[in-house]
Amino acid sequence: MVDTQPLKRIIATDCGSTTTKAILIEYVDGEYRQTVRGEAPTTVEKPLNDVTKGVINAVTELEELARLKYSDQEISFLKEDTIHITDKDEKQGVNAYVSTSSAGGGLQMMVTGVVAKMTGESAERAALGAGAIVMDLIASNDKRPNYEKIERIRQLRPDMILMAGGVDGGTTKHVAELAELVAAADPKPRLGSSYKLPVIYAGNNKARDIISDVLQEKTDLIITENIRPSLETENLGPARDKIHDLFMEHVMAQAPGYSTLMSWTVGPIDDKLVNIPIMPTPAAVGNIMQAIAKQNNIEVLGVDIGGATTDIFSVFTESFIFNRTVSANLGLSYSISNVLATAGIGEIMRWVPFSIDQSELRNMIKNKMIRPTTIPQQLEELILEQAIAKEALKYAFIQHKEFAVGLKGAQKQREIADAFAQSVSGETIVDMLSLDLLVGSGGVLSHAPRRSQSAMMLIDAFLPEGVTRLAVDSIFMMPQLGVLAEISQKAATEVFEKDCLIYLGTCVAPVGKIKPDKVALSVRIELPNGDFFEEDIKFGEMRLIPLGVGEKAKAKLSPGRGLDLGAGKNQEIETELHGGVVGIILDTRGRQPFILPEEAATRMALLKKWMRELKAYPEEILQ
Amino acid sequence: MAQAYSPGLTVTESIIIRKERILPLKGTVLVKKGDKLTSEDLVAETLLPGKVVPFNLANKLGTIPNLVKDYVKIKEGDHLKKGQIMAETKGFFGLFRNIVRSPITGEVENISSITGQLLLREPHIPLQIKAFIDGIVVDVIENEGVVIENKSAYIQGIFGIGGETTGEIIVLADSPEDSISPEAIREEHKGKIIVTGCMVTYAVIKKALKNGIKGIITGGIDDHDLKELLGYNIGVAITGHEDIGITLVVTEGFGKIKMAAKTFSLLQKFHGKKASIHGKTQIRAGVMRPEIIIPLEFKEEELKEPQNKMSILEIGTTIRVIRQPNFGLIGKVTALPEELTKVESETLVRILEAELENGKKVIIPRANVEVIES
Repeated sequence: MVDTQPLKRIIATDCGSTTTKAILIEYVDGEYRQTVRGEAPTTVEKPLNDVTKGVINAVTELEELARLKYSDQEISFLKEDTIHITDKDEKQGVNAYVSTSSAGGGLQMMVTGVVAKMTGESAERAALGAGAIVMDLIASNDKRPNYEKIERIRQLRPDMILMAGGVDGGTTKHVAELAELVAAADPKPRLGSSYKLPVIYAGNNKARDIISDVLQEKTDLIITENIRPSLETENLGPARDKIHDLFMEHVMAQAPGYSTLMSWTVGPIDDKLVNIPIMPTPAAVGNIMQAIAKQNNIEVLGVDIGGATTDIFSVFTESFIFNRTVSANLGLSYSISNVLATAGIGEIMRWVPFSIDQSELRNMIKNKMIRPTTIPQQLEELILEQAIAKEALKYAFIQHKEFAVGLKGAQKQREIADAFAQSVSGETIVDMLSLDLLVGSGGVLSHAPRRSQSAMMLIDAFLPEGVTRLAVDSIFMMPQLGVLAEISQKAATEVFEKDCLIYLGTCVAPVGKIKPDKVALSVRIELPNGDFFEEDIKFGEMRLIPLGVGEKAKAKLSPGRGLDLGAGKNQEIETELHGGVVGIILDTRGRQPFILPEEAATRMALLKKWMRELKAYPEEILQ
Repeated sequence: MAQAYSPGLTVTESIIIRKERILPLKGTVLVKKGDKLTSEDLVAETLLPGKVVPFNLANKLGTIPNLVKDYVKIKEGDHLKKGQIMAETKGFFGLFRNIVRSPITGEVENISSITGQLLLREPHIPLQIKAFIDGIVVDVIENEGVVIENKSAYIQGIFGIGGETTGEIIVLADSPEDSISPEAIREEHKGKIIVTGCMVTYAVIKKALKNGIKGIITGGIDDHDLKELLGYNIGVAITGHEDIGITLVVTEGFGKIKMAAKTFSLLQKFHGKKASIHGKTQIRAGVMRPEIIIPLEFKEEELKEPQNKMSILEIGTTIRVIRQPNFGLIGKVTALPEELTKVESETLVRILEAELENGKKVIIPRANVEVIES
């Protein structure tokens, strides 16, 4: 996208299932900044049944706050109950309005493939990348009997189905059989029965006629290029684009008020005012993360932990391969009880520096589930919620690593032998040692009372290796910036750098395990004021060296014998460490493996020591 | 801000209830507008499509898929009896004939010459919907269902398990802070809905199941007991489908929690009266809470759609604390300071000041209370 004349004022909204968040982006003194934000409850459900009401309310708040900020009552963004778009630089109106949406449960899809680990996996990747929740993957080889598959398809009621299977020109029998199963189930769309369920066929091109014969009547069939034209090629783009088109035409058009909202989202592209499609929220997040990774030539891992789900996004390898996973039942309110069921009490308690009666903890978790909007008032409850968050994040990350394997990205070539080897062995491309930036968002990470708590949650859950910058997304602005990138890459990335992220600092963690009395890390850090921090840190310790936002420190880092900081075992590295609101965190507790003592008293003593070092909690609770 | 919106559960002595009773698929509505119904009356019925049974015919015949059409003796849409011949090969001079019979009674849905698969469908499964509450049919949605209205005493629970049931309310607990032992459940309680006070234990539920109790209304339940009862840990709060032979409505939460005085006295007042209850709970989009509906006598002209009232927090409002500390206690709001306040966990939140029923003055995050309508 070429930015022609700078847009002066842009409004971007994200219509979530509970809150509609609006931000104002302005071009001030030669750069884009996010200046004002407003929010209002989403109004897609009863009694209002119209998403635009919530958008108007959020934008009204934006308008009021902008008037206050600039002490100017003439500023206005609304006109005749809609967003006022103008091509002029004036107080009334904005130059563009863009939006993302996950209201009404987002985009829910079912995918099919012949071999689960091959075409099935490709279909799943296309759907997830397009911002969908994948309700189920039905494959010819998934071991369920056919009647069970039919029952499952019928029960699910997805928004759409993506069918893959077979390489171009290959055998058609299995894809035909899958189509017959879908036809037999006669699936109905989730939002009403007034239209046929959209089905995208992106499999073997030789089977297109057969698929048409079987599905044309019963479904709204769309045929596109094969997602896996050959075993060694993956081509996700066309299917992903079709998913986006259908999301707009079918899913969004069915949701109350969306057809109006779709007519509001406009912005200039090549000097012409055009409609900017509403994006599914996670697709927009993927957009901005890829843009940032490419622009700075870095590897990025991002997480958004919500009440019901945890999304993980990553951009790894030199080809900037993007992956996204949704852990649908790992979250901190609605799904909190499922974190307990997945991890077990023991795994949660290993992060808690005091003992608590197990039945009390179980009841506390269930009470949070049934009253999801409550806030931990007591310190103990805050620590428990953060312990649960660490486990939710850990499990979501495990799922992400398992998924981010095999063929990635459009048109990536590789040998057929690799295709089999990687899919079967499930070797992940997520490499924590080469990761540059870890970004957290979601209430528990973005709004922790102390930023060092966020840093600790990220470190304990993701176990970053070597040198990794840590950040939180202050108000989860990534969705809006992702869709903004569609009209102005410059505005999106500038705001991302300056206003979206709050840098916590940098974590340094040698990989490997040695005896506790041995030195794990020798550091010499030159701080901006000319002071030096020098220490030979033994295994099993944490250190916090304050270094402010925007500050950098030169560091010589030597791993202990047998340990690795990214340059190979025992290899010293010289690098620049970035500061943040927390600072530099040196973590010699070991990686691969990272082990906490089994014995409770010993473990609690260590937890307290680390928490004290990071000033994560008030001293009284760590006595 | 002198007042703020705060959600709460409805507990009221008299309200107009509107219930939609809709079929999952289109079918026949059995009642008409103006009909007076009791909870057991059927209002609509439909036939759910039977299970699809895929059958690999080519394989059974020992032939290739596109030759299947030469051997089949049935066509799409045909009704089949179990054992009926579906296909037959010619064999050699009458020998080695391969006969394939239908594994089910049902219908032929599809014959594929591409895959050689047959899709058979079992007979339709009838599904009927009951009124669930005593009341009047105020609207008929053609081929789909009805809307029933009545005037009721009404209590929303916080969490429940088990589906819809009806029965007479029997209050077994002496007070809202009291709980009962298994011995309190006797033979004559069969088919009733019992009220157990602040708590129900697994032992009490087991006895209730043994004695044919239809439902239990309780202030609290221990999560451990719930797991024991269900045999699994509830991961996500979507409940109501459990087939355990009893319906459970929890009014306050997990642990031992005194039942709200208003709830308890309402149940006491309607001791011996018929109630319709269900445990369906869903805590996300489209929030659903368990309900206790006790129909009252009413005249048709009383049936006016209830106004959606927003619970308002203001000075003097009665509230209940819904998170530790002081979980379950009732109090009155004494102040609603506007500025964000740091609470013990160092979280910066909007708070309120309140005086609790035990005389203690406290500050509580606004998110941690619910309004009790007086």
